[in-house]
Amino acid sequence: MHFPDNLKYTEEHEWIRVEGGNVAYVGITDFAQGELGELVYVEVETVGESLEKGEPFGTVEAVKTTSDMYMPVSGKILEFNPELNESEGDNPTLVNEDPYGKGWIIKIELSNPEELEELMDAEAYQSIIE
Amino acid sequence: MKNTPLTEKHIALGARMAEFAGYNMPISYSTITEEHQQVRNKVGVFDVSHMGEFIVRGREALNLVQEVTSNDASRLQPGEAQYSCFPNSEGGIVDDCLVYRLHDDNCAEGEQAFMLVVNASNIEKDWEWVNRHNRFDTRLIDISAQTGLIAVQGPLAAETLQPLTDVSLKDMKYYTFVKGTFAGAENVLISATGYTGAGGFELYAEAGLIAELWDRVFEAGAAHGIKPIGLGARDTLRLEMGYCLYGNDIDDTTSPIEAGLGWITKTQKGNFIGRDIFARQREAGVSRKLVGFILPGERRVPRHDYPIEDAAGHTVGKVTSGTMSPSLSYPIGMGYVDASLSAPGSTVYIIAGQKRLEAQVAKPPFV
Repeated sequence: MHFPDNLKYTEEHEWIRVEGGNVAYVGITDFAQGELGELVYVEVETVGESLEKGEPFGTVEAVKTTSDMYMPVSGKILEFNPELNESEGDNPTLVNEDPYGKGWIIKIELSNPEELEELMDAEAYQSIIE
Repeated sequence: MKNTPLTEKHIALGARMAEFAGYNMPISYSTITEEHQQVRNKVGVFDVSHMGEFIVRGREALNLVQEVTSNDASRLQPGEAQYSCFPNSEGGIVDDCLVYRLHDDNCAEGEQAFMLVVNASNIEKDWEWVNRHNRFDTRLIDISAQTGLIAVQGPLAAETLQPLTDVSLKDMKYYTFVKGTFAGAENVLISATGYTGAGGFELYAEAGLIAELWDRVFEAGAAHGIKPIGLGARDTLRLEMGYCLYGNDIDDTTSPIEAGLGWITKTQKGNFIGRDIFARQREAGVSRKLVGFILPGERRVPRHDYPIEDAAGHTVGKVTSGTMSPSLSYPIGMGYVDASLSAPGSTVYIIAGQKRLEAQVAKPPFV
């Protein structure tokens, strides 16, 4: 398992990567995808909405289990990864194969960037999953 | 957490391990979907050594088995097995089980012997329950800890295993067994049973022999592409067949009549625990029934405890098991619904968080 240093992490096993300005990518961690196993569906129906930190923004279905995904920080959902989206790429296993890259889940606009300070760095995250 | 005699092998194979019924068990080695297809189409091997086994031996062994189980064990000849359950006195289910009528070779004259195979999570509860009802001239022996069990399942199982034994495997009928020499080990109970619907065998052997047996099965299976299979695929395989999982689909509060297990509830066989309740339920009907359902075209998956509603939005039951079917590529499941909605073809709605998923009641097996 790996946990890149340039990301911030949540206890709910999401990661967030700020791309510059107020735009960031959000996905689930390598640990989370491993625990879930092979994903069969990723559902995000919140594009265009503004959600508070901790609110659910979507759901992942694995063969064995279902899990909600939560906003790591408050923000507006700009985009759902078209490679995962049912109506486009529909390739949910990208999250298993490349959780921090091609398997990103949403792109958001931060509404309160100070909340980033409350998230864990890679080292802190690694310590909670061990 | 307990280990089976094969836990180290699973870890060495890189399995994703998790606690199940107090045992450190393999969930998957590759992906659930791959392992599922491997068993449906070829052959795979499960470690199910965590299961419990009780020997019932004595002059009145049959009387005890008849008293505590719902199926009619008097119909079993030595070498035959049946699916059954232990009903409780309130009409629920203590556990589901397999009943083996053993050959009488270890018995004194006038004695009979059975083996009861029970769920790992219920070994202590079952042991206490069966002993509590043993007012017969019969001894009970818990051989769970000394017994290993591997299941070799799939359409290629017989030809894979045949080089390891003189017993003619392809001639064995479903739910029969023999005790024989297998891969050099003596007294292996070779049982034409399983929990996958894919055909195959379950091999019971002394715990100390099971690791060697596992290796020999893999050597013999190499030419057939044999693979180890985890509990994840065991669950998707059994659910495609509509087989009940204790703790999910049946429990202390569900009746076998409600659960569609009337076929193992032989109310005519004579008295047994719960019989009068089941006879009444059979006569009067039950208000809820365990049904299968399918969700073609749906991507969200029903899960244990999701509510089930009718078209008008009234709660009519709840989901007990659900999965994305690897064979069908759409979700399937089981759950209890009001009897009025239990006919195949009925439409019900499954509440998945904010979503209301339309499902069709369908009679398993789903594949």
